[in-house]
Amino acid sequence: MSAVPARESLASAGSANALELRGVSRLFGALAALSDVTLSVRPGERRGVLGSNGAGKTTLFNCITGDFAPSTGLIRFFGEDVTAFPPQERIRRGLRRTYQISSLFTGLSVLDNVYLACRGVSRNRFSLVRPRRDDALVHAAEGLVEAVHLSAVKDRLVGELAYGQQRQLEIALALSGAPRFILFDEPAAGLSPTERRDLVHILTSLPAHIGYIIIEHDMDVALRVVESVTMMHNGRIFKEGRPDEIESDPEVQELYLGGGHG
Amino acid sequence: MAIADLNLEQRARTREGFPAWLARRGTAFWVVAVLLLVMPAIASPFWLVQIFAYSMILGLVALGLMFLAGYGGIVSLAQMTVAACAGYLVAILGDSAISQISLHWPWWMAAPVAILVATLFGTLSGALSVRTEGIYTIMITLAIASAFYYLALQNYTIFNGFSGFNGIKPPVFLGVDWGQNLPFYYLTLACSALAYGAVIYVSRAPFGLALQGTRDNPRRMAALGFDVVAHRIAAYAFASFIAACAGVLLVWYQRQISPGTAGVGPVVDMLIIAVVGGLSRPIGPFIGALVYVLLRTFSLDMLEGVGLDGKRYQLLIGLGFLVIVLFSPDGLIGIWQRLRERYRKGSEAREAGMRIGGGSP
Repeated sequence: MSAVPARESLASAGSANALELRGVSRLFGALAALSDVTLSVRPGERRGVLGSNGAGKTTLFNCITGDFAPSTGLIRFFGEDVTAFPPQERIRRGLRRTYQISSLFTGLSVLDNVYLACRGVSRNRFSLVRPRRDDALVHAAEGLVEAVHLSAVKDRLVGELAYGQQRQLEIALALSGAPRFILFDEPAAGLSPTERRDLVHILTSLPAHIGYIIIEHDMDVALRVVESVTMMHNGRIFKEGRPDEIESDPEVQELYLGGGHG
Repeated sequence: MAIADLNLEQRARTREGFPAWLARRGTAFWVVAVLLLVMPAIASPFWLVQIFAYSMILGLVALGLMFLAGYGGIVSLAQMTVAACAGYLVAILGDSAISQISLHWPWWMAAPVAILVATLFGTLSGALSVRTEGIYTIMITLAIASAFYYLALQNYTIFNGFSGFNGIKPPVFLGVDWGQNLPFYYLTLACSALAYGAVIYVSRAPFGLALQGTRDNPRRMAALGFDVVAHRIAAYAFASFIAACAGVLLVWYQRQISPGTAGVGPVVDMLIIAVVGGLSRPIGPFIGALVYVLLRTFSLDMLEGVGLDGKRYQLLIGLGFLVIVLFSPDGLIGIWQRLRERYRKGSEAREAGMRIGGGSP
């Protein structure tokens, strides 16, 4: 009787994988966007997910964050079974994500966007009292705005920002609070070469305990910021390995690197 | 300029002193504030109560709708129903001419309980409709409003059916009869100013910001750790509280309440008032309400003056609504902002022209 709680507490103490998926499937009608995906990522590990369009990469993210419930399967986050949790509960446990198409609050200022992100993972989300000027969360938000080089535009409405700036803000929102694991969904899409360099810098200078999974088509970005790669194809995991192994794998080249993406 | 104004507001997020906030107000704010304060010296009792106090009461009901729609993206038609519910409760719990139903509680018990129960009612109807979006929210809240209307119309044991309640008297306390024109005007003015200030304040507090976040992007809000449904229900509660206070004032103003107060007509009128005034700022609903009351009051004479049937005043309101929605999606507030912007651009251009001209001799 006492064995299970003991194992649970041990698991959440840090010996468990950051993320563990067992037999996760997601059906849209008859279409299996994900079928029987089993995946585990260690704390602090940086993993790339590759695959052609429709391989199920974004659906995988949506299942992990809880935007969609998986049709079958189990998801554990730092040892805790979060399969039935709504998104906000997973986020409050240290999971973060960015979106492929920027998903921001266009009617609010840059600073307010980041402030909301910081507030979302703290207490007093329903507070009716305005924050003081020396509020810790306001400072945290300003720090994050600076970290993604947006200090100059922090009072501008997000709807007025350039595309690249919105992508940077997208990342700032994912870094709010105390993230333990982040899902990046094509963060480099549409960025200029300079902005890509900034992005690589931001990713490689994240604290070592923060692991992430990154979906990225740009090999220059993807292979420089990950230590392991998972290849997906038609909703299934097709191959896993080190970046150089995957890059030189003939099957992978046949399927993905040579398959119209060059 | 509108954008610059918005940015000013964005920067004011952190807490500032009330004097600092006052100092940032423009001329228009001060003119309106002083005018409203000295109104009893200028206006006749008819204008004071039938026009201004009544407008402010309707403006309060619509203010709740503006809060929901402008900040939360929720269009609820049940606002007037919440106000009518509070009005009915004041009549049922307190004193009225229907003494076999009224419980004759003193006003200081009846009014707070009425506000509390009506707020609860508004929150529950919000919880019912919260998982829907857009047109479906409108449909559900319209269904709730109709249900309340028919309940009040057909129930005689509690709501006294078609005739409702009359003989409801505003309270007398602190030695003042609050039903008199002057005290009643200042009472509604104070309530309106408080609610207006509260909406502005809350809109920049974490709760209000989060509500605007759920309006712009509910999915991302959940991905930031917010419970979107709970936030929307809390917004319903806040808006219902404002509507409930307005309902108490309304029943004191009318001194009677009947199912017609909660009919489908008045319910939709609230939406018209809020949209005509403008959903982007809390002052919008008050302007919309003033225009509505003026049209309602004077269009009869105007129409008869040009030889039309005076009962067609709804036609004027409808036409005005159409024109405003067609030409200015953000209501009269939007027209005002655009005029001001044009005026500023014009004066800047004139100044520039004068500088160039001044250099030549």
